[in-house]
Amino acid sequence: MTEPAILVRDLTRRFDGFTAVDHVSFEVKPGEVFGFLGANGAGKTTAIRMLIGLLQPSSGSARVAGYDVARETEQVKRRIGYMSQRFSLYEDLTPRENIRLYGGIYGLTRAQIRQRTAEMLDRLGFSSVADTAVRSLPLGWRQKLAFSVALVHQPRIVFLDEPTSGVDPITRRQFWELIYDAASRGTTVLVTTHYVDEAEYCDRVSIMVAGRIAAMGTPAALKHDYGVDSIDDLFVRLARPEIAASASRPSSREDSPP
Amino acid sequence: MTSLAGLLRKEFFHIRRDKRTAAVLIALPIVQVMLFGYAIRTDVDNVRLAIVDPAPDSTTIALRARFAAADVFRIVAVVPRIEDVDPLFGSGAAQQAIVFYPGFARDLGQGVPAKLLVVTDATEPNTGSLLQSYAQAVVNQWAGEVGRAGPFAPARSISIVPQVRVRFNPTRESKNLFVPGLMAFVLTIISSLMTAISLTREKETGTMEALLVSPLRPWEIIVGKVTPYLAIGFISVIAVLVEALLVFHVPLRGSVPLLLFEGALYILVSLSLGILISARTSSQRVAMMFALLGTMLPNILLSGFIFPLESMPTPLQIISYVVPGRWFVAIARGIMLKGIGLTYVWRETLILGAMATVLLVASMRSFNERLE
Repeated sequence: MTEPAILVRDLTRRFDGFTAVDHVSFEVKPGEVFGFLGANGAGKTTAIRMLIGLLQPSSGSARVAGYDVARETEQVKRRIGYMSQRFSLYEDLTPRENIRLYGGIYGLTRAQIRQRTAEMLDRLGFSSVADTAVRSLPLGWRQKLAFSVALVHQPRIVFLDEPTSGVDPITRRQFWELIYDAASRGTTVLVTTHYVDEAEYCDRVSIMVAGRIAAMGTPAALKHDYGVDSIDDLFVRLARPEIAASASRPSSREDSPP
Repeated sequence: MTSLAGLLRKEFFHIRRDKRTAAVLIALPIVQVMLFGYAIRTDVDNVRLAIVDPAPDSTTIALRARFAAADVFRIVAVVPRIEDVDPLFGSGAAQQAIVFYPGFARDLGQGVPAKLLVVTDATEPNTGSLLQSYAQAVVNQWAGEVGRAGPFAPARSISIVPQVRVRFNPTRESKNLFVPGLMAFVLTIISSLMTAISLTREKETGTMEALLVSPLRPWEIIVGKVTPYLAIGFISVIAVLVEALLVFHVPLRGSVPLLLFEGALYILVSLSLGILISARTSSQRVAMMFALLGTMLPNILLSGFIFPLESMPTPLQIISYVVPGRWFVAIARGIMLKGIGLTYVWRETLILGAMATVLLVASMRSFNERLE
C-alpha cells in the first residue's frame, strides 16, 4: 500500500489559553480531494498552517509527502503548493511575471518556466492578458491564476485555504474544474471551505467544530450515517446543535449515531 | 540563488511600476537639498533694524552708517523715542533695535562709559542670540576703530574688544551643516520607511505567506526585499553629495570612500530598523506611523541635524545617544567639514557598527519568530 500523502496524528496547537486544534487525526490518500469544512474559527486555518510549516504543532505529529512537518520543513516546502484565502499574487506584476517569479523561487530552470508559462496561459485561456497587470483582471481570473501559480512547480500536494471565498457561483464552478483537473493528474488536494455545498465536490470531507474533527467520510456516507439530506444539514447539526434542534423536522432523528 | 535573483528582480519591478513611489524616491533627495539649501536656512540675513536716536549728531550717525553698511542689517526705521519701537516689534517690522541714550557722543568723548541699548526680538531664541552677537560685533569694531584713530583719540576707556574666530565654517553657513544631516534624513526615509512599508505590504496582500511557504529561507526573503532599497539609498547619498557640491559648493574635505562606507553602515542600521518595525506590525499604515515616529522624528530632532544637541536638556541628550542619526551626522560633518579621517571618528563608527549588528540580529530573530 502506498504511503498516504498526508498523515496526521493527534495534531494539537494551543495558543495561550485556548486550543485551536485539538488532537486531530486523519489521512489523505494520493490524488484525493479532501475537504476541510468548518465555521470561521473552527481551527481549519491553524491546522493548514501547521501542515505547510508556518506554525509549529504544540503536540502530535504530521507527515506531508512523507516528511515530518516539524523537523523536515524544507523537504515538505519543496513538495507542496499553497494558496491562501488572501491571494498570493503580486497585483502590480503581470501573469507572466508572477509565473516566472514563483517558478524561479521554486528552482525551475528557465526552459521549464518558459514551457509551463505557455502551458498554463493556454489552459487558462489567458494568452491575451499575459502581459496585463494582475490588478486589472477580474477577481475570478486572478483566483484561477493564483491556483495555477501554486501548481507551477508541480507539487505532490496542494493546500487551498478558502480559495473560493468572495467569488461568484460560476467562477466557483470553474475553479472546482481546475481542482479536479489537478487531481486527475495525481495531485493531492486539501481544501478548506465554509461553503457547505462545496463539500459535495470533495472525495472525502472532515467537519471541524471547535478544533476537533466532528465527522469524517465521503459525502454520501456521511449523509447516510447521520440520516440527513445534505451536508448542510449535517454541518448545522454538528456545529450549532441548538439551531438544529429548534429547526428539526419531526422525522429527523434526535440522537446522534457514533 | 536563482530564486533569490528572481525575488530581487521582482522588487525592482515593484518600484518601477509604482510610479509615484519611484518618483518620490528619486526626487526626494534632490528636492530636499534644494529646500534646505534655499528655504530653510538658519543664517541670519536681512535683519530688520530700528534705530532710536533722540539727538542725532555726527557720532550716532557714524555708528548708524556702520549698521547700514553691514550686509546683515537693513535699517527699517529711525525714531526719536524708545516708545516708538514697541509697535515696530509688535508688528514684526523690526527684529532688533539700537537705542542711543541722550549724551552718547558726549560720554564717549569724556571717556565715561557711553550707554547703548541693543534690543532683540528673541521669539526665535537661536536667531535672537545670533542677532545679539552680530550687533555687538558691529558696535565693538566701531568702538575699537574710534578709540584708536577717531576724533576721541587717545583711547582712555576702550575696553577689551572680543575677537571671534569661527573655524570650519567661517561664513557660518547653515548649508554646510545641513548636508550631512540631510543625508541621514534621506537615508532614514528610504531605508527604514520604505523597507518597513514594502515588507508589511507583502503581509497585507498575503504574498508574504506565499514566500514563507516556499523553500526560500527567511534570510533570503529579507535580502531579496531589502537589497533594492540599499541600492537606492546608496544612489541617493551620492545624488545628495553631488548636488551639495555642485549647486551649493559645500566643502568635502575628507575621504569620499570613508564617507560612503559610513553611509553604508548607516543604511544598514536604518534597514534593520525597518525590518524590525515590519516584523512587529501587520499593516502598512501602522508600519508607516512607527517608522515616522520611531526613526524619522528622532533622527531629525535629536541628531543635531537642525537643533544643536549641546543646548538640549540632559535627558534629551541622553536619549540622543541611541539615535543612530546623531552618530552619522557627527561622522559626516567631521569628514566633510573638518576633513578628518577614521582616527578621529572610529568611536562613532564603532557605535554605528554595534548598532547595525544588534539591530540586524534582533530584526532577523524577530522576523523568524513571526513564522514561528
